[in-house]
Amino acid sequence: MVSDATLVYLALAVPLAGMFALIAASRWPALRDSLVVVTAVAMFGVVVQLLPRVLRGERPSASLIELFPGLEIAFLVEPLGMMFALLASGLWIITALYAIGYMRGARELHHTRFHVFFCIALFSATGIAFSSNMFSLFVFYEALTLSTYPLVAHKGNEAAKKGARTYLGLLLGTSVGLLLPAVIATWWLAGTLEFTPGGIMAGNVNPAIGGLLLVLFMYGIGKAALMPFHRWLPSAMVAPTPVSALLHAVAVVKAGVFTVLKVSVYLFGLDYLRELATTDIILYVAVFTLIAASLIAMQQDNLKARLAYSTVSQLSYIVTAAMLVSEFAALGGGMHIVMHAFGKITLFFCAGAIYVATKKTEISDMHGLGRRMPVTFAAFFIGALCVIGVPPTGGVWSKWHLFMGAYDSGHQLVVLALIVSTLLNIAYLLPPVVNAFLLPPKEGDQGGGIREAPLLCVVPLSLTALGCIALFVLAGPLAGLLRPYLAVSGGW
Amino acid sequence: MTEHLPALQVVIALTAAPLVMLLNRLPRLAWGVTLAACWATLAIALLLLLQVSDGGEIRYEMGGWAPPWGIEYRVDGANAWVLLIIGLVSAVVMPFARRSVEQEIPADRLGLFYSAFLLANAGLLGIAITNDAFNIFVFFEISALASYALIAMGRDRRAVLSSYQYLIMGTIGTTFLLIGIGFLYIMTGTLNLSDLATRLEGVTDTRTIRAAFGFIAVGISLKLALFPLHLWLPNAYSYAPSMVTVFLSATATKVAIYVLLRFVYTVFGFEFSFVELSMAWVLMPLALLGIVIPSLVAVFQDDVKRLLAYSSVAQVGYMILGISLASALGLMASTVHLFNHAITKAALFMAVGCLVYRLGGVSLSRVAGAAERMPWTMAAFVVAGLSLIGVPLTAGFVTKWHLLQAALMDGFWPVAALLLATSLIAAIYIWKVVEAAYFRAPPDDAREVREAPLSLLVPTWTLTAMTIIFGVWAQLPISAARNAAEALLGAPQPW
Amino acid sequence: MTWLGLYNYWIVVVLMMAGFYIVIAQGNLVKKIIGLNIFQTSAFIFFISLAWREDGTAPIVLPGVTAYANPLPHVLILTAIVVGVALTAMGLALVVRIHEAYGSIEEDDIHQQDEER
Repeated sequence: MVSDATLVYLALAVPLAGMFALIAASRWPALRDSLVVVTAVAMFGVVVQLLPRVLRGERPSASLIELFPGLEIAFLVEPLGMMFALLASGLWIITALYAIGYMRGARELHHTRFHVFFCIALFSATGIAFSSNMFSLFVFYEALTLSTYPLVAHKGNEAAKKGARTYLGLLLGTSVGLLLPAVIATWWLAGTLEFTPGGIMAGNVNPAIGGLLLVLFMYGIGKAALMPFHRWLPSAMVAPTPVSALLHAVAVVKAGVFTVLKVSVYLFGLDYLRELATTDIILYVAVFTLIAASLIAMQQDNLKARLAYSTVSQLSYIVTAAMLVSEFAALGGGMHIVMHAFGKITLFFCAGAIYVATKKTEISDMHGLGRRMPVTFAAFFIGALCVIGVPPTGGVWSKWHLFMGAYDSGHQLVVLALIVSTLLNIAYLLPPVVNAFLLPPKEGDQGGGIREAPLLCVVPLSLTALGCIALFVLAGPLAGLLRPYLAVSGGW
Repeated sequence: MTEHLPALQVVIALTAAPLVMLLNRLPRLAWGVTLAACWATLAIALLLLLQVSDGGEIRYEMGGWAPPWGIEYRVDGANAWVLLIIGLVSAVVMPFARRSVEQEIPADRLGLFYSAFLLANAGLLGIAITNDAFNIFVFFEISALASYALIAMGRDRRAVLSSYQYLIMGTIGTTFLLIGIGFLYIMTGTLNLSDLATRLEGVTDTRTIRAAFGFIAVGISLKLALFPLHLWLPNAYSYAPSMVTVFLSATATKVAIYVLLRFVYTVFGFEFSFVELSMAWVLMPLALLGIVIPSLVAVFQDDVKRLLAYSSVAQVGYMILGISLASALGLMASTVHLFNHAITKAALFMAVGCLVYRLGGVSLSRVAGAAERMPWTMAAFVVAGLSLIGVPLTAGFVTKWHLLQAALMDGFWPVAALLLATSLIAAIYIWKVVEAAYFRAPPDDAREVREAPLSLLVPTWTLTAMTIIFGVWAQLPISAARNAAEALLGAPQPW
Repeated sequence: MTWLGLYNYWIVVVLMMAGFYIVIAQGNLVKKIIGLNIFQTSAFIFFISLAWREDGTAPIVLPGVTAYANPLPHVLILTAIVVGVALTAMGLALVVRIHEAYGSIEEDDIHQQDEER
C-alpha cells in the first residue's frame, strides 16, 4: 500500500521525470515518442490509484514546502480535483498518440521542445487539480501559462508570435493584475488561503469587499475566458492542433473554470456568494459571454477559430453554473468540465486530422470532404452532439443539471439564454458536418475514394468520440464522485 | 583571533589590494590572491552574521583607541546582513571574473584591475562595518575612486565618459554627506554613530540638525541612485566591464541604502525622521516615480545591459518604498530585498556577461537567436528574470509579498496596485529579451558561437539557483532581514 | 550684527554655490573638475572654521593657555583633502582618456560624436 502523499507526489513527478527522459532521448525520435506515451500512461496509472481512495471519502494530502508561515505549497485531493486530474491525464494518453501522428504528418519541427513543454503543462495542470490552497493553485496556474507559451508560439512565424504575445499578455496580465491582488487581499482579510468546505470568507470579509473580490477573482482567472478577456483563446489557435485539443479545450481552459468552481465553492462558499451583490453581475456577464461568443463563432470560417469561440461560450456555461449558486448547477458545472472536454477534444482532433490529410483549415473549403474522410466527420458529428447536449452523448446530462439549476434558483432569463445558446450551438457546429457529407466536393477535390489522416490521428479521435457516447451511461458514477464536494456546502 | 574579525573584514581586502598591484606581471596569481581575499571576506562575514544572529552586537575599537577618539567598528544584525551580501557577491563574481576580465581588460593591466576591485570591495565593507560618521565618508570615497577606475576600464569609449559623470555626481553626493556630518559634529561634538544617537536627542529641534538631515539624505540619495538623482547609473552600468557591472549593481547601491537606513533609524531616530520631518511623504512619491518611470524606460532599451541598469533604478525604488512605509514590516521588506535583489540582479548581469563573452555585445539584435546556441546562459537569464519580475517560488516574490503586505497594512491600496502593475512592466522588458533570444532568428552576420565556458556558467548558475532556493526556503533571508530590521529599530518586533 | 558675525558661513555658501554653478554650467570637462574642487573646498573651510574657538590658540599644550581650537576637524579635513586630491587626479586622468578617445574635452562635442556613431 503506497502512502497518500507518495501517490500525490508521484502524480506530479511522473510528467517531470518524463520530461527529463525526453530530453535525454531527443536524438532518437522513435524512443522519444514512445517515452511520451509511456509517461502519459504512467501518469494516468498513478492518478487512477488515487480514485478509490477519494471515493472512499479519504482526502489524500501532502505538504511540500512552506515558504514562510501560512504560505505553503501543499496538496489535497478532493473530488473536483480528482475529476480534473483524471480527465487531464486520461486524455493526455490519447493526445500523446495523436500528437505523434500529427507532428509527423504535418511536418512540424522541434518535436522534443514540443513534448517537453507538454509535460510541464500537464505537471502544472495536475498541480492545479491537487492544490490545497489558493497560493499553490496560483503558482501552478502561472506555471501553466508560462509552459504553454512556447507551445503557442511553436511555429515561430510572425502570426504565431503575435498570437502567443496576446496569449501571454492577457493571461499574465489578468492573473498578476487582478487575480494576485485578489489572492493577497483574501489572505490579508481572511487570514488563510486554504480551500475549506463552506468557504473562508463568511464572517471575515464584509460583503461589499467580498463583492469586489469576486469580480477580481472572476476576471483574474483569465483562463475562464469571460468577456472581454477572452481574446487569448482564439489567439492560441495558432498552435499546432494537439495543443489546441488538449490544452485549449481541456487542460488550460478547464484549469480556468476549475479554479472558478474551487474559488466559488471553497473560498467564497455558496452561502456567502448568495449575499454578494456582484454575483448576479458576474452571472449576467457569463450569460452574455455565452451568447455573444456563440454569435461570433457563427461568423468564423476558420474551423479552429470557430471551435475556439465555441469553447469561450462553453466555458461561460461553467462560470454561469458557479454563479447560479445552486448545488444542482454547481454539480452540472463540474460535470460539464468533463463532457465538454470530451466533445471539444474530439472536434479539435478532427480539425487537426482534416488539416493533416488535406491542409484545409477553412470550413467553406471542406464541402464534400465527408466522403473522403467518413470516420473523421462521423466523429466530428458525435463531438458536436456532445457539446450541444443531445443524447446519446454525455453532454446532455450536464446541460440538464444546468437547466435545472437555473430553473431552481429562479433565473428565468438564464434558462432562456441557455435555450438560445443551445440553438446557436446547433447552428454553428452542425453545418460543417452536413456540408461535408451532403454538398458536392469542390472542383479539384474529386475522386480518390477514402483518404483519411494517418492512423495515429484517426484512432484517437474515434476513441474520444466513443468516450462522448460512453459518458451518456457513465454520468451517474461521475455525479457520484462529485457530489461530496457540494454536500458540505449545505442543501443536499 | 575571533575578536579581531571585524577588523579583518576590511583589512584583508585592503592589504591584498597593494599586493595584487605588485603582482601585475603575474595576472593568474593576482587573480588567485584576489579570489582568496574575497572568499576569506565571505567566511568572515558569515561568522559575524552568526555571532549577531541572536540580536546581539559586536563592538571593536580600532587600534585599541576607545571612542569617541578612536574609530569604532560595530556589527549588528543590519550591517552583518549587508556585509554578507557584499561578501557573497564578491566571492561568487571572482571565479566568473577570470575569463570575463581576461577578455575585456588588456593583459598588462589585469593586476591593477583586481587591485582596484579589492579597493572598491574594501571600501564598501568599510562603509558597512564602521560606526564612525567621518569614516563612512572616507570609505565612500575609497570605494568610489576605485569604482571610477573600474568603470573606466570598459571597452567602449563611452565607459570613460560615464565614469567621469559618475565621478562628478558621486563627489557632489559625498561632499553633501560631509557637510551634513559637519553639522552633526557641531551640535554634538562626536562622530561616533551610537554617541550621535544619544546626544542628538536633546537638540533635534534645531535648524542645524534639520539641515544636517537634509544634506545627508540628499548626499546618500545621489549615491544610491534615488530617482531623479539616478542619472549616472544607467551609463555607468552599461559601459563598465561585465564583472564590474555585476559587482557594483549588487553591492554599491545596497550599501548606500544601508547608510541611509543607519542615519535615518539609528542616528536621527524614527521619531525625528518620520514624524517630525515627515520623510515618508518625500520618499514615497520619489520611490513610486522611481519605480514606474525607469521601468517604462527599460522597456524601450535596445541594449540588454542598459535595460537591466534601468531596472536597477526601479528596484532601488522598491527598497525606498519599503522604507517610506515607515513600518517594521516595510523596513523588513526593504532589507530582505537588499539581498534578494543583489542575487537576482547579479545573476542577470552574469548571464549578460556570458552573452557578452561569446557575442561581443548585447543589443537585442545581437542576442537574437542566442538561446539555441547558449541554452544554459539563457535559461539562467529566464530564471533570474522571473525572480526580478517576482514570480512565486523565486526570491523576488518573497520581497514583493512582504512589500505588498506592508503597503496593505497601512491601507495604501493604490501603492499595492502599482506594485503589481510594475511587476507586469518588468515582465514586459524581461520578455523582450527572452523573445529575442528564443524566437528570433540570429542575424545573418552572426559569429559561430558556443555555450559560455564553465568558469562563467558555474558562478552564474550558483546565483541563479540561489534565487530559487531562497524563494522556496525563504525563512533564512527572512529571519536575517527581521534581525536587521530589529537592529535598526532598536527593539524586538512582534512580526 | 550677528549675521555678519557668521561671515565664515557666508564665505562657505558663496564658494559652494560658485563651485556648484561651475560644475553644472560649464561644458568644459577640466573646468568642471575645477568647479568640483571649489565646491569641495568650501566644505573643507566650513569644517575647519567650526574648530575655531573664541580666544583659542593652536591646540598645543602651553603654560597658561586654557582655550584651544578643536584639533579634530583639522585632522579630519587633512584626510578629506587627501581624498580630494585623489579625486582631482582621478578626474583629470579620466579627462585625459576622454581626450584621447574623442579628441575633445567639450561636453557638447563629445555627445555629438556619440550620437553620430
